[in-house]
Amino acid sequence: MDSESTPVHADITLVVNGREHRLSVDTRASLLDVLREDLGLTGSKKGCDHGQCGACTILIGGRRANGCLALAVAHDGADIVTVEGLARDGRLSPVQEAFIEQDAFQCGYCTPGQLCSATGMLDEAGQGWPSTVTGDLGSEPVLDDDEIRERMSGNLCRCGAYVGIVAALREASRRKEAAEA
Amino acid sequence: MRPFTYERATSAEDALTRHDGETYYLGGGTNLVDLMRLGVETPARLVDVAHLPYDEIQLTPDGGLLIGAAMSNSALAADRTVREGHPMLAQAVLAGASGQIRNMATVGGNLLQRTRCSYFQDTAKPCNKRDPGTGCPAREGEHHNLAILGHSEACVATQPSDMAVALSALDASVHVLGRAGERTIPMDEFHRLPDNEPERDTVLEPGDLVTAVEVPPLGMPSRYRKVRERASFAFALVSIAAALDVREGAVRDVRLALGGVAHKPWRAWRAEEALRGRPATRESFLRAAEAELDAAEPLRDNAYKVPLARNLIVRTLTELAERAEAAEPGEGTTS
Amino acid sequence: MTERLESREKVTGTARYAFEYPVENVAYVAAVQASVGRGEITAVGTEAAMALPGVLAVLSCENAPRLSDPPDGELAVFQSRTVSYRGQFVAAVVGETLETAREAARLVHVEYAPEAPDVRLRTDHPSLYQPGKVNPVFPADTEQGEPEEVFNNSAVRVDVTYTTPAEHNNPMEPHATIALWDEHGYLTLYDSTQGASTVQSMVAQTFGLDPSHVRVVAPHVGGGFGSKGIPKPNVVLAAMAAGAAGRPVKFAVPRQQMYATTGYRTPTIQRLRLGADNDGRLNAILHDVVEQTSTVKEFAEQTATPTRVMYQAPHRRTSHRLVPLDVPTPSWMRAPGETPGMYALESVMDELAIATGIDPIELRIRNDTDREPESGLPFSSRNLVACLQEGAARFGWAGRDPATGVRWEGRKLIGTGVAASTYPAYMSPNRAIARAEPDGTFTVRIAAADIGTGARTALALIAAETLKADLGDVRVELGDSAFPRASVAGGSSGTAGWGTAVVRACEALRAKLNGAVAGGRGGSSHAGNGAIPPEGLEAAADTGAELKAREKYARHAFGAQFAEVEVDADTGEVRVRRMLGVFAAGRIINPATARSQFIGGMTMGVGMALLEESVMDEEFGDFLNRDLAQYHVPACADVRDIDAAWVEESDPHLNPMGSKGIGEIGIVGAAAAVGNAVHHATGIRVRHLPITPATLLPDL
Repeated sequence: MDSESTPVHADITLVVNGREHRLSVDTRASLLDVLREDLGLTGSKKGCDHGQCGACTILIGGRRANGCLALAVAHDGADIVTVEGLARDGRLSPVQEAFIEQDAFQCGYCTPGQLCSATGMLDEAGQGWPSTVTGDLGSEPVLDDDEIRERMSGNLCRCGAYVGIVAALREASRRKEAAEA
Repeated sequence: MRPFTYERATSAEDALTRHDGETYYLGGGTNLVDLMRLGVETPARLVDVAHLPYDEIQLTPDGGLLIGAAMSNSALAADRTVREGHPMLAQAVLAGASGQIRNMATVGGNLLQRTRCSYFQDTAKPCNKRDPGTGCPAREGEHHNLAILGHSEACVATQPSDMAVALSALDASVHVLGRAGERTIPMDEFHRLPDNEPERDTVLEPGDLVTAVEVPPLGMPSRYRKVRERASFAFALVSIAAALDVREGAVRDVRLALGGVAHKPWRAWRAEEALRGRPATRESFLRAAEAELDAAEPLRDNAYKVPLARNLIVRTLTELAERAEAAEPGEGTTS
Repeated sequence: MTERLESREKVTGTARYAFEYPVENVAYVAAVQASVGRGEITAVGTEAAMALPGVLAVLSCENAPRLSDPPDGELAVFQSRTVSYRGQFVAAVVGETLETAREAARLVHVEYAPEAPDVRLRTDHPSLYQPGKVNPVFPADTEQGEPEEVFNNSAVRVDVTYTTPAEHNNPMEPHATIALWDEHGYLTLYDSTQGASTVQSMVAQTFGLDPSHVRVVAPHVGGGFGSKGIPKPNVVLAAMAAGAAGRPVKFAVPRQQMYATTGYRTPTIQRLRLGADNDGRLNAILHDVVEQTSTVKEFAEQTATPTRVMYQAPHRRTSHRLVPLDVPTPSWMRAPGETPGMYALESVMDELAIATGIDPIELRIRNDTDREPESGLPFSSRNLVACLQEGAARFGWAGRDPATGVRWEGRKLIGTGVAASTYPAYMSPNRAIARAEPDGTFTVRIAAADIGTGARTALALIAAETLKADLGDVRVELGDSAFPRASVAGGSSGTAGWGTAVVRACEALRAKLNGAVAGGRGGSSHAGNGAIPPEGLEAAADTGAELKAREKYARHAFGAQFAEVEVDADTGEVRVRRMLGVFAAGRIINPATARSQFIGGMTMGVGMALLEESVMDEEFGDFLNRDLAQYHVPACADVRDIDAAWVEESDPHLNPMGSKGIGEIGIVGAAAAVGNAVHHATGIRVRHLPITPATLLPDL
């Protein structure tokens, strides 16, 4: 057996949902696989393993990202939030609540990624980030339905729950604004 | 995936010294990790350059931008200076991929993404780009979204980056640190046509590290428009980056580049040449588009890209001309 | 409106799917696919793979254990050296980690004696044959009167051929299995399946086990859309690998591998002939279908069967011909038969409307019928006309100008289209158990599946209603083959079939409770009265006999779909601005989840109309665009305004709930409505799906 077929391991630290984990990971392992297989946090889903479906979406340093494309070894020290970390003290987040109210899911497999993506998306919109449907890039984008649809298009849902997802985020966005006003 | 060692570079020079034959630089990983998982790329060593201090935009003395290669696509598109001075660039970045991927992907990595040709991505099939000398099944096989311009017997792949198309139209240049020191490569020369070396997407040499992209000031209205079947999160069938300066009904300056049509962002030099000084009319735009697309050599199933590119040029320039007209009501109107 | 009972689990990430059960000492499986389209395996080189540290086993035709009696060819994993299609599983590796298993699979070197694969579906293929039946048990051909002659003599004739491409189900959760053998040779499978009982019996037969020695657990399933209706080779592979490694194993089929190994909708070539009077009354309908199957197993999609149901015409014919090709095995995909068949029929009806100058809604009303045209049976209920009229009112159809290519908004052409929907109200025999617990609550158990349909919630509502109990006091346990045997979540039959068993079990339980408690009436009032024994009280039901005794009726749901599209005249991009479906599907049990089901089906229909096509590589013999970046399912931005409504329908001939299935009808007719709208917008009649810039641009 030649040495180049031997797995390479690295010691890393991850802070996941506020909890610190020290791990030895195979350099080839994705954050998604480390979360699911090593830490037992199976809320984040694997739909395609190539960044094409968004089911693995997590928040890394507060920003949404595809866990399947992130090598764990490259995220030593990262602060990560998964779907398991969205509720606080047993209280669902406004986005989670809105998803239930609007029946924004069916099979539920894309849902954790949708929820993390939506959480990051609302934050991005709050900071004035534009999207490809933002008419005037010089202005502050207004998070209307077209904006929500475009910004959530990195999360595929084969059950076709988009109508409910957009309704949920319209509502969550409204509540967020009301809470901040 | 083949086992590999992972190292985090502490500086650009350090990255270079760590680079040997089977090394890849790792940025956001959004395309590299994807290709490694497919077995298309099999590095023995990854040198992480995402943490190098090239993650912001500096203004150049002439009013242009120096965009750090490690900056995320999202940060670039959200930047106020870019949105106001080079809207076409922000639009191009925002037209690509998804919100998640744009958060991860770097500017340098975006430039270096590889073709999405199905044959390239399947290691069980021949592909001259992936495995030189094995042949190009796409030429006779599935190519409905491959090149119509500048392709070769060896390869009909397209370059997938939206951002690169805008940078090409913007006369940007790529700052590279190599074994021989720093150098600057004009965007139009950065990506290659396939010729008989399709394995080389760009003119970069082994070990070269992209550190920044320099964008000169634009000073005219611009726009990026991408045509795709799915309304979002899809690669372009054809895209266009266009800027138009109209004074008194005539084209003073114009920039045009097409995406999805060639192995590189296709700078429409002939169309630009045909337009400068001409009336800013639909007829001129159509003539210019046809001058450019005369060179098109569509394959069996992608001839639709020729009228698509033509219509897109005419439509986008017409819209920019209308905008220029609206902005200068005192200047009289075009015919 | 009742929210899904498992809502909280699904939004907090605690709902467990097949791959996610914590299992001690579990190993990982990665599979190797055939890299030739047809041929024989001459050698399997495993040295490099076995040399990797952490590789536990490499399996192939050279060393795989002999299976007992696989019920279909797809389940005969590694039993032969023959490669029947490119992408077929030919070897597998078991490794300590995912990374090791995947890398080892890359290093397995399979050698072949290849032959050129025959993969192109065509109407003049020499191997075309008439299947003995089409899915599930319909005759391949039917004929009444003199259809050809009457068609030829009709005042108005439309004779056109529509084609649909191969399409892939692409549930978001890949087909995944954890397999564990215990020391007694009992097999447990945590499996992503639409039918735990079906997997149990088919896997038992494959391995020669008593079905009671196989347990299949699947309480949450990440979608299936038909592709998880019966076990696919991945299940057998996982069980075999666990045996070979002597350890529990996990196997999730990578997305790219799903395109060859987990089923797809066959491409179809459909010739339709409609002959009518000048007033639009149909005299003759002919629907002749050519489609493919693999050489491994026959799957004959029932594409022309909706034509046997939809419209009156005294002279009629339907036929199905199959070609066995060196291709992956086609299978069920949401409304198999109805989806491609109604796309063609409802597009041709639009063509006939234009040929006769009759409004497309009026044309359908003129050809409505109260008896199923071919069987002559009365419909148990048929409210197609009500759906068309209700939809027309809601959508704003009145006053529609039939002229094509004339409505401009900027550089966009606008158009509207309508199509009808139908889907059979299937029902299968089922068993269920209802229990009264000593604490005053009830438990219902059935091996049904909730693949996102809302079945768990619907069954709880049905049980609560029957038991006259509060919903909060009813617990439904499903997704486990240890529970009473249930039919597959397919054919939109779940609520009807499972629900009937649940009703009968609950009725039996109430009878027992009434006997046990004088004057008792079930419900929470039974608690604390001392009559419920500590182990609870249980009643079971089996609906087999009840189903056999059903009256003869034609039972179908109907619907009407409306779409408004915009077509960019410069780029050929098509976007659906709004879509409305109105359905008549019996009694709606849970409006919240029913609406989601309808809209979800319509959304998949938008994909079918505009995006989805699995491209067969004729040189190599596999589907080329085998990932979610190349095979486009609709994204959020593609779905602007889709709404669904239903007309009240009271049908006493269905089942105790009065329900028809709703999981599939939403996709039926959707693509035709979009295609008809594209024609109205542009004047271009596209007879091949999907409708893309490449197809529209030459004519725009």
